[in-house]
Amino acid sequence: MALSARSILDVSDLNSDEVFFLLKETKKLKEQAKPHGVDFSQNLSKSVALMFFEPSTRTRTSFEMAAFRLGLRVLNFSVNESSVKKGETVFDTAKNIEALKPDAMVVRHGGSGIPYKISQLIKIPVINAGDGFHAHPTQALLDAYTIWERFNDFKNLEILIIGDIAHSRVARSNIKCLKMLGAKITICAPPTLIPPFAQAWGVKISHNLDEVIAQANVVMSLRMQLERQSSYQVPSLKEYSSLFGITFERLKAIRKDAIILHPGPVNRGVEFISAVFRDERSKVMEQVSNGALMRSVLLSEVMGVPR
Amino acid sequence: MKTKTFKNAHLFDPSLNLNTQGSVVVEGDLIIDVIKGKNADSGEVIDLHGALLTPGFIDISCQLGEPGFEQKESIQSGSHAAAAGGFTTVCMSPQTNPVNDSGFVTQYIQEKINTTAVIKVHPIGAISEKLNGQNMAAIDSMIKAGCVALSDGNKTVMNAYLLRKTLEYLKTYDVPVVEHCEDVNLVGLGVMNEGEVSSQIGLRGIPNAAEDVIVSRDISLCAHTNSKLHLNNLSSHGAIEVLAHAKARGLPVTASVTAQHLLLTEENLKFYDTAFKLSPPLRAEKDRTHLVSALQSGVIDCLTSGHTPHSEEDKDIEFELALSGASSLETTFSSTYSIVEKRELSLERLVESLTLSPAKIFKFSDRGQLKKSMKADLTAINLNLAWQVDTNKFFSKSKYSPFNGAKFNAKVVATFVNGVKVFDVEKGILE
Repeated sequence: MALSARSILDVSDLNSDEVFFLLKETKKLKEQAKPHGVDFSQNLSKSVALMFFEPSTRTRTSFEMAAFRLGLRVLNFSVNESSVKKGETVFDTAKNIEALKPDAMVVRHGGSGIPYKISQLIKIPVINAGDGFHAHPTQALLDAYTIWERFNDFKNLEILIIGDIAHSRVARSNIKCLKMLGAKITICAPPTLIPPFAQAWGVKISHNLDEVIAQANVVMSLRMQLERQSSYQVPSLKEYSSLFGITFERLKAIRKDAIILHPGPVNRGVEFISAVFRDERSKVMEQVSNGALMRSVLLSEVMGVPR
Repeated sequence: MKTKTFKNAHLFDPSLNLNTQGSVVVEGDLIIDVIKGKNADSGEVIDLHGALLTPGFIDISCQLGEPGFEQKESIQSGSHAAAAGGFTTVCMSPQTNPVNDSGFVTQYIQEKINTTAVIKVHPIGAISEKLNGQNMAAIDSMIKAGCVALSDGNKTVMNAYLLRKTLEYLKTYDVPVVEHCEDVNLVGLGVMNEGEVSSQIGLRGIPNAAEDVIVSRDISLCAHTNSKLHLNNLSSHGAIEVLAHAKARGLPVTASVTAQHLLLTEENLKFYDTAFKLSPPLRAEKDRTHLVSALQSGVIDCLTSGHTPHSEEDKDIEFELALSGASSLETTFSSTYSIVEKRELSLERLVESLTLSPAKIFKFSDRGQLKKSMKADLTAINLNLAWQVDTNKFFSKSKYSPFNGAKFNAKVVATFVNGVKVFDVEKGILE
C-alpha cells in the first residue's frame, strides 16, 4: 500500500481498498500476541511528535501506546490553546516542532482545518487526531475495525449514530468511512443537534430513537458536551437522556446480535446508563484496545517502519 | 484658470446615455465641456488613447485604519489603493481607535485626509458611542466636522429603539444611516455561511436568517420613521426579496453589495483560506445570482469595495480566530468586470453603481456624472488589458485578497481628482 509519507487528514484521503488493507493489518497485529521476528532496531532512531492543542487523554495515550509498540520515540507537546493565542500562532508552533526533525506529526486541535493547514506548511506527514467539528479519521478507522471484527462485512449493515452530530468530528468521519464501505446510516438526535444540510450526506435522519433503535446492527452513541445545555441546544441533560439516552428499556430493544459503541469518555447516566458497560453487546473497551492497534498500523505505514 | 483637454476618450456615462468617442474639457477642478464625436485641444492636452472614461468611482463602504490601526491601513495608503482602483471618493467607516464618535475625532481624521490623501476621503460617524450600541454618539458635532453618514461600521445596531431614535434624529440633517445587517445572536460563534460546505468542513455557520431578520426589522423602522436608510453590503437572497418589496412601496431605503459577494461563494472556503473569510459571509450560488440580478435591476443601488484591511497577525492564523475582511479597493472594478464579460451584468449598471448611484445616496451633488459643472473626477479604464492580481504589489498595506492570483481583463489605467492625475498604470501614484 502506498500510504508511506502521506498525510492522513480525513477518511476521504483513503480509498476503500486502503481502508480494508488497514483493517486486515490491524487484525494481523492483534492476532500476534507479541512481535515475532520483527527487527525494531531501526525504529528507535525515528520519532513522532504528538501535538495536542486541545485537552485529550484517550487519543493521546492511544497514539503513545501505538508508537511504543513500534519502538518509536515520542515527542509530546500539549498546550492549552489559550496560551498559544497570547504569542505565536499554531502554525509557528508546528514549524518549530518540525525544526526538531521528527519523522511524523500527529495533530489534535479545536479548530477545524488546522491539521490540513499544518500539512500544507511542513514537509513531514501529518496525521489528524481530531480537528474541531471536522474530522477524526483514526477514530473512524478504529470504529470500522471494531464493526468489521464483529460482522466481517459492511454491506447492508444498519448503523445508528445517536447524539450531537452537529458538533461531532467523530460522526462526520464515521459517516464518510462507513458509507464508503457500504453501510446504511441513520443519525438520530433532536433537530438542534443535526447539522443544517445534513440531508446532503445521504443518511437517514430521525428524531425519535424508539422508532429506529430496534433495526440497528450497530448502535453508536456520541458524547454529549455538557455545555450544550447552556448554549440552547437542549433544555436539559435530563431531558436529553430521557429522549436519546440508552436506558434499560432501550437496551432491551436493541437487537441481540447488535453491538454498542461510544467514542468515550461516556457521561454515565446521560448517553448510557451504567448497565450498558456490563452488557455483552457493548464494545466500548474493545474500541480502546483496537484504537491503539489501528494507530500502530497507520503510523508504521505512514512512517514506513516495520511492525 | 488652467484649461486641460482629455482627448481620444471613450466617453461612458450610462446616466446620460453617453457612450461615444470624444473629449472632456476641464478648467480648474471643474468639467466645462463634454464634446462628443470629436477631439478638442484647448490648453494642456491629455491623450487617453481610446480608454473608457467614466465619472470617478465612489465607494461608500471601506475601512481605513487611521487612527489606531495604521499597521493595517493608513488614510494615505488607503487613498493610494483607492486611486489605483479608480476611486476618486471613498467614505471611511468609523471603526477606528478611538472610534469616530465625536467632532474631535472627525477633525483629526479630516486633518489626516487633508495632509495625506490623494483622493477625496469622507469620514462616516458612529451611531453609538464607542460603537457600544447603547448611547447616541455626538451626531451634530460629527456632521458639522464633515461626516457624510452615520453607521456603526460592521456592527449591527441591535437595539431597535436606538436605531429608531437615530433615524428620527437625523431627519434634520439629511444624512443616511448605513446599517450592517447581521443579528449578533444568530451569528453566534458562526464564522462562515451556514450551508452544505460548513456542514462538511465542520465550521460553525451563520444562517441567511441572521441578515434577513435585521433587513426586515430595519425596513419596518424605515417605514415607521420615513428616514433614509442604507442597508450595507447584503449577502442573502431572502434579504433581497424583502428589500425589493420595500422599494416597491416607495420607502427611502437603498442597498449595496461588494464585488466579492457578486463573484464568490461558500465553495471558495473549502480549504479554510482566511482570505475568503468576510462579513457578511460568502453565501451559496443561489444568493450570488440573486445579488447579481438585484444589482442589474437596481434593487441593489450600488457596488462597494467593502475594503477591510487586516494584517498578517489577524489573517494568517486559525480560521475561527482570523478577522473577517479583505483588501479590495484595487480589485473592485476589474473583478466585477469579469461578470460583465460573462453577461451576468451590464457595463452600464456596473459603472452607474460605482458613480451616480452612490453619489445620490450620499448627496454628492458635485460628482458622479460626466457633464458640465461637475468636479473633474475621472476614471480611465482599458477594457483589454489583461493582468493578474498579485497582492504583494498592492498599494494597500493589507495583502489579503480572495482574488490573489486571479486574472482579469480590464484595468484602471488613470485616475484624476479635480482634474489632476493621481494614478497612472505605468507610473503608479502621483503625489
